[in-house]
Amino acid sequence: MALEKITTLTGQAINVPGNDIDTDRIIPARFLKCVTFDGLGEYLFYDVRKDADGNNKPHPLNEERFKSATILLSGANFGCGSSREHAPQAIQKYGFRGIVAESFAEIFFGNCTTLGIPCACASREDIAKIAAAVEVDPTIEVTIDVDRQEVRFGNDSVTVEIRGSARDALLNGRWDAIAELHEGVSQVQEVAGRLAYMSA
Amino acid sequence: MRTKQVFLWYRKFWYAQCNPSKLMAKSLFEKVWDTHAVRTLANGQTQLLIGTHLIHEVTSPQAFGMLRDLGLPVLMPTRTFATVDHIVPTDELVEPYRDSLAQAMMDELRKNCADNNVTFFDRGTGKQGIVHIVGPEQGITQPGTTIACGDSHTSTHGAFGAIAFGIGTTQIRDVLATQTIALGKLKVRRIEVNGELRPGVYAKDVILHIIAQLGVNGGTGFAYEYAGTLFDSFTMEERMTVCNMSIEGGARVGYVNPDQTTVDYLQGRPYSPSGDDWDAAVERWLSFASDPGCAYDDVVVIDAADIAPSVTWGINPGQGISIEQSIPRPETAASDDEKASIEEALDYMKLQPGSPIKGTPINVAFLGSCTNGRFSDFQEVAKYIAGRQVAEGVKAIAVPGSQIVAAQCEKEGIDRILTEAGFEWRGAGCSMCLAMNPDKLIGDQLCASSSNRNFKGRQGSPTGRTVLMSPLMVAAAAVTGEVADAREVFGVN
Repeated sequence: MALEKITTLTGQAINVPGNDIDTDRIIPARFLKCVTFDGLGEYLFYDVRKDADGNNKPHPLNEERFKSATILLSGANFGCGSSREHAPQAIQKYGFRGIVAESFAEIFFGNCTTLGIPCACASREDIAKIAAAVEVDPTIEVTIDVDRQEVRFGNDSVTVEIRGSARDALLNGRWDAIAELHEGVSQVQEVAGRLAYMSA
Repeated sequence: MRTKQVFLWYRKFWYAQCNPSKLMAKSLFEKVWDTHAVRTLANGQTQLLIGTHLIHEVTSPQAFGMLRDLGLPVLMPTRTFATVDHIVPTDELVEPYRDSLAQAMMDELRKNCADNNVTFFDRGTGKQGIVHIVGPEQGITQPGTTIACGDSHTSTHGAFGAIAFGIGTTQIRDVLATQTIALGKLKVRRIEVNGELRPGVYAKDVILHIIAQLGVNGGTGFAYEYAGTLFDSFTMEERMTVCNMSIEGGARVGYVNPDQTTVDYLQGRPYSPSGDDWDAAVERWLSFASDPGCAYDDVVVIDAADIAPSVTWGINPGQGISIEQSIPRPETAASDDEKASIEEALDYMKLQPGSPIKGTPINVAFLGSCTNGRFSDFQEVAKYIAGRQVAEGVKAIAVPGSQIVAAQCEKEGIDRILTEAGFEWRGAGCSMCLAMNPDKLIGDQLCASSSNRNFKGRQGSPTGRTVLMSPLMVAAAAVTGEVADAREVFGVN
């Protein structure tokens, strides 16, 4: 089960500003009534994008000029709240391949990494710089370089941080841990055998 | 004589080697981590054994689907337990449900459990309920264990001295297939609360206070160890309320060291050890408590007397104040960032800066959730609400966290006290905490809620408003029709 080695990804970007954007906002709970993740992309940020009648509200994701964006920019503590993987799944199914934010909530960060979505942390000033460049020219090419831990846009670049274990997993095609975990099953049985509550 | 001396010397030497406090004092987190660490993975993370896995209908069906795609079986079916909570209608007990999507999820979970020999506390068993209430109730949640569930409020189980945390669906697949996940070790912050709570102040106020102090992302990368004389004196249900909301402070894990209170709670529960195994289990459980003098990455000390009945005014659980305080003004914010978030929250909540939170009219009162849907929560409300009436125009619902909680309340006549006061008494489930079921706010209704999240749209209406508070404060809001101080409304002193 060879996985893609994610070293860099390039595309257009979109800025969805704000701090503490929670997973209920990313994908409202009523859209979680499903037994597969298919089709979730359609409901990404639904309640901030659509009014009660399903008409578009002012939101960057509704703007034609950002329609091709594959890199999402945001603020601090992105993805807080519910552990629902439906949130990163909706982001991925909408077409995003990477996220640059000031910081990420922990469970969300782990869920993204497992799906091969790099989550890069950058300073507020640097995110503002990228956002300003994208605002001027939405077609500007933005690259998240996982290896060099930088984001390049136009002739500019900023330093980002991708947490060690996640960076290693992305670069070496180990972001989905199942194969490696499965290799350890005999050791798992051994450790479980030593624990009274697991053998009872 | 000489033999005895040698023996005593040897025993002393042996103790010095083996007593962890002499060698290296460890926190509970480290002890549980060390006993469950299988190996180090190539990226430096640990392959961590998950002793107990809890699943529900929302986040597990896709994981079973992935497992089928990979052709892998469930490795240890007896270590996964299922229940149904998020989607169940609380006012509709007979299937098929009117909502066909909810019925499909119910059917899928039932089938996945049957196909894989997983124990399912289905509605017909009398043991169904919110997953974080069912685990402890059944004695499945035990000290010194690792527990994972596809739900961020899994930290609840930490009340028993377990390392318990929420995971995503792909990780649910990992646990089903390998009984492990890949995880980096957390740091540990000890939050010590000493002293006694003032009358009318509850466990819910303690955690809202902690989150307001440390921030909604202050716990990122940490496990929270709740300690101090207040937690020593807390019941298991109070400990669960606090641990439950750890994630609202950014901490994936929160726990309390096991003690006699923990042991007493677990004795005689269906999945608790019994007979000869009981004594050995108790000894083992207590040995997991953090050693005196162990190192912490951070320590925070709080005086219990400083905590007042707390309510939220904004759109995240950290935006809370005491009931006596006024709604913050954007211009008093410490940073531009905070100013922007206050403005955003006030705009959404339609609240006036600088005005008291007390007196804010409410439309709905919700008692329940994995935070405050246990027997003692309803018992406390019943104690004060008997003889009072829910204000006109307020919709008030009381939703037991499990069928066992419901039965216990019904046995004690608590359901009657609540219904006589004007609350609707419902079946067990998550209900209006997240509105994946018919219990939802309508339009911009404001809800006094004993749940855990006040995010925009959380309670089912994209413009619905939530004010988080303790169950007794919800009762006070219900009878007055506005956000109120339960101590004044019910004469608590």
